[in-house]
Amino acid sequence: MAIYHLKTPISEEEIRKLKVNDVIFITGTIVTARDQAHRRALEYAKQGKNLPINLDGLALFHCGPVVKKEGEKWIAVAAGPTTSTRMDIFEDEFIKNFKVRVVIGKGGMGKKTTDAMAKYGAVYGAFTGGAAILAAKAIKSIKSVEWLDLGTPEAMWIFEVEDFGPLAVAIDSHGNNLFLDVQKKVEENRQKIYEKLGLSS
Amino acid sequence: MEIEKIVENVAFNILKQAVIYLPEDVKQALKKAYDEETSETGRTQLKAILDNIELAEKYQAPICQDTGTIIFYIKAGSEVKGLEKIEKALINATRKATKQVPLRPNAVDPFTQKNSGDNTGRLIPFINWEIVPGNSLELTVMTKGGGSENVCVTGMLVPGEGINGLKRFVVEAVIKAGSKPCPPNILGVAIGGGADISMKLAKKALLRPLNEPNPDAEIAKLEKEILEAVNMTGIGPMGLGGKTTVLGVNIDYAYRHPASFPAAVAFNCWAARRASARINADGIIEYLTHKKKAGEVI
Ligand code: SF4
Repeated sequence: MAIYHLKTPISEEEIRKLKVNDVIFITGTIVTARDQAHRRALEYAKQGKNLPINLDGLALFHCGPVVKKEGEKWIAVAAGPTTSTRMDIFEDEFIKNFKVRVVIGKGGMGKKTTDAMAKYGAVYGAFTGGAAILAAKAIKSIKSVEWLDLGTPEAMWIFEVEDFGPLAVAIDSHGNNLFLDVQKKVEENRQKIYEKLGLSS
Repeated sequence: MEIEKIVENVAFNILKQAVIYLPEDVKQALKKAYDEETSETGRTQLKAILDNIELAEKYQAPICQDTGTIIFYIKAGSEVKGLEKIEKALINATRKATKQVPLRPNAVDPFTQKNSGDNTGRLIPFINWEIVPGNSLELTVMTKGGGSENVCVTGMLVPGEGINGLKRFVVEAVIKAGSKPCPPNILGVAIGGGADISMKLAKKALLRPLNEPNPDAEIAKLEKEILEAVNMTGIGPMGLGGKTTVLGVNIDYAYRHPASFPAAVAFNCWAARRASARINADGIIEYLTHKKKAGEVI
């Protein structure tokens, strides 16, 4: 397990160095997107329209933050990750089109996303579920918000962050997926558990 | 002061305490898990959880952005006057807390999908009533996260299999839940009664502190056995692998129908938020779960 401090824009070369179980902290720009922002972004790509921000080398965050407005300024109050599996249906296309280098969320993602990460050079960084204040405190400012018509949780928030993390590399760009590995091990452990409890399987 | 006003104030205070400060027993269990976890990735997750708990206290902010569905448990002394006013007071307290703490609005009409915006709606906050002897009123609040709620299960076991069926049921529920409920979790487990009764008991069992063993020695043994078994799954903190998947198992039961064996597993996430207070007849208020911090919060 190694610890890396990365600055956006992150290069493919830096991403290829990372392996599952490494820990990363990100400084720079991260952008939120949940289901609806994913859908809209991919529509834009289809129509050849530019996104409000160039995502190349940035980090994508599965998060619907709690924000408040003080005067003209938005402030992130709580910004924990949301469950990433909902975005599995979009993520391979998203990575391919927009070249994000890190996808941040909780709960992990599936095979299709893992393959896209290997192909285009991206990793999945698991942020501790529920650790909303830890996340919010690493957000130094909200640079802007796009697509607010989707509602605050679904909008695209552009955060300037400092040492945002810890993010556990749970999918690397070499086809390894820690969540799937753990699931496999859990399946193997089931037998031992049944034996210990004196259950027939 | 009117009972309605007192209850509103106390309910507001315990709601605020609950979402900002984890109960001491949960914090201790998380610290112990951090000390004992051998998976490096698991330790990183537990450390982030502990740091987050500290930051929430420091900045007086909710521990998790999902401040949950609000559920009250009331132990009402049979001699207390004005019980009919309590429901209203709890609704007012919920609205006030949503605005002032603030809490995330989490009450959605299941037909129109519209969020009420203030954490209230039909039967929400939900109130569980219990009548006890005496003239004091005990209020407990649980703010229950959605991620862990989504993996709660009830089932009808085969009576002939007895407790072995229950063990299998709990292990399978934990394996199926995997990383979804933000492990480490606390499990409320209950059997008997009926489908509804077992789940109600399971959820209520989540209120028992982790350092309070079951008063029934046999059941306490079973709790320990199931706890050790589910921690052998290797799911670990946040499902990233490790030996801390569950912090505690709390079991309750009711007698069952000869032909049925209902069972329920209620999951709580590490952000296991609850707080209690007692309002005595003389007006003295005791904060039962958050004694030290009560002064700061009020
Ligand atoms: S499951 Fe619990 S800790 Fe995780 S996001 Fe929901 S409320 Fe927060």
